[in-house]
Amino acid sequence: VSEPVRVLTAHWDDPSVIPLKGYEAAGGYRALRSALAMSSGDLVQVMKDSGLRGRGGAGFPTGMKWSFVPQDTGKPTYVTVNFDESEPGTCNNRELVEREPHALIEGTAIAARAIECHTAFIYVRGEYLWQGLLVQRAVEEAYAAGYLGKDIMGSAYDLDIVVHRGAGAYICGEETALLSSLEGFRGQPRLRPPFPAVEGLYESPTLINNVETLMNVPHIVANGADWFKSMGTEKAPGTKMFTVSGKVERPGNYELPLGTPFGELLELAGGMLGGARLKAWTPGGSSTPFLTADHMDVGLDFESISEAGSLLGTGAVIVLDESDCMVEAARRLTEFYAHESCGKCTPCREGTWWAQRVLSRIEQGYGREADIPLMADMGKNILFKAFCALADGAVSPIQSSLRYFMDEYEAHVREGRCPVTGVGPGRAMQDAAGELSVDEVVEAIP
Amino acid sequence: MAVFDAALRAQAEQVKARYPAGRERSAIMPLLYLAQSVEGHVTREGMREVGELLAITTAEVEAVASFYTMLRLRETGTHVVSVCTNLSCALVGANDVYEAAHEAAGIPHGEELSEDKLITLHEEECLGCCELAPVVQVNAANHDRVTPERIREIVETLRRGEVPEPARGPAIRDFKQASRVLAGVEVPT
Repeated sequence: VSEPVRVLTAHWDDPSVIPLKGYEAAGGYRALRSALAMSSGDLVQVMKDSGLRGRGGAGFPTGMKWSFVPQDTGKPTYVTVNFDESEPGTCNNRELVEREPHALIEGTAIAARAIECHTAFIYVRGEYLWQGLLVQRAVEEAYAAGYLGKDIMGSAYDLDIVVHRGAGAYICGEETALLSSLEGFRGQPRLRPPFPAVEGLYESPTLINNVETLMNVPHIVANGADWFKSMGTEKAPGTKMFTVSGKVERPGNYELPLGTPFGELLELAGGMLGGARLKAWTPGGSSTPFLTADHMDVGLDFESISEAGSLLGTGAVIVLDESDCMVEAARRLTEFYAHESCGKCTPCREGTWWAQRVLSRIEQGYGREADIPLMADMGKNILFKAFCALADGAVSPIQSSLRYFMDEYEAHVREGRCPVTGVGPGRAMQDAAGELSVDEVVEAIP
Repeated sequence: MAVFDAALRAQAEQVKARYPAGRERSAIMPLLYLAQSVEGHVTREGMREVGELLAITTAEVEAVASFYTMLRLRETGTHVVSVCTNLSCALVGANDVYEAAHEAAGIPHGEELSEDKLITLHEEECLGCCELAPVVQVNAANHDRVTPERIREIVETLRRGEVPEPARGPAIRDFKQASRVLAGVEVPT
């Protein structure tokens, strides 16, 4: 097993770095000082050379994203930090901020400097009430010490950071929805192009980066692109935070070089809870297709996970064991998407709502034979048929559980109960239900 | 203004000033949190006054308020207890916690507000604390690895008029205080 590399988590055992003084003592804000002495173009180039890719899910090259923001349009440029971490199973941004809030402020300031931005926004999900307070306090400390505000460290560069709270909407993690929300509208996605880099917040060029992405930035500026590329894989350098939850002995956030095999992460997390057998896992949260025990050796990086048929996403690993019902898992996640669909696109709004009803019927033992192909068909009719990736994410748990656990779906329908948990009325009852209308069946579901 | 008295109006102006000139509409969410901090939920009058503060219509405000679950348009208890039942929490017993919460708070299924209006119980989507599942929030303050016994204790503590000690961060007195904190006008100790 490879040693966990500690870049983002190097100070996690040291609470003294939470307030500014301790963060400075540990070398904090030196990278910002270096960045202020560099040109915007040089900063963008370092980020490009490092090969850093966005940690929020899509894995887009960060330096390229920075380079897309024009600085000569006559409009202001903006940095917007996406701290709306809401993907089920994901909580590394939360712990990164809890343990080293100033690293986020420093990364944000460097990114702002790189695109000549003078006002940055940190969008914190509403449920992170305490973490938002930590960010707010770090911002205030940074102002008081001259790391924010006017003429930062005598560089003639000015930057303000505004902390903005969300109010409980998963969709606001989607970057264009986040901008709508920040502008004071419903958090609904917008059509791209124009991309936010060209026309984002307040119709101005805008850079949107995830918390973990930005926290890598001071390390890259301080240690150089080559150092960063010495970790991880060629196409995905650096480390990644993985949140492991579900049926493991030691759930938690772990930092590993990208490309580390899944089996090593599972071992770091103490292995399966109670020594049970692994059944399924998500590599990157609820929107990424389930993988199985056959994927133990798959490397945790964008390319390897993609080749295995899933997505690295946010690195949120949810682990299920043999006592867990896959139909229930798919139903729970589908309910989430049905609740969080913003309602803009019909395939997503209607599709997720109907899918959760049908999945619920199968789970409860009232499923019909036609329900299984119906689910597969619904998946096809939602995937890539909506404005944003929420709809595509909603399809992941359904299609992947069908792919790997078709037997389990069929057994639910055939036996009229869950083959794993035994929940359900049984076949006789299911036959009787066949005489009823859809509405009556739904009514009969407890 | 019935919801925004003079003192709150002054705070509302400070909230608006956080955003660039001409972009005050960005303040709509914190202003709605402020309205919620007065009445315990966002009322029609609250929305009308937020509209007045931003020079937009009540309908425009309602379009925003109705989109976000933490802005509550229905009558809400003194405390909001949120139980996550998403997958990570469900795998380690969240269902039992949610059932115990219903029972302890005396709230039948299909309803969310206790008869004494002390507690609003909310079945929550992922709260971003998955490594500490099952997760419960009381007024947006976190409780980790909650068991059915623990949720019963939490409800009992609220009934005694006390605030259960959260796992991390400050205790939040009630949902109104949580709303003030989220509006960015109060830092709890």
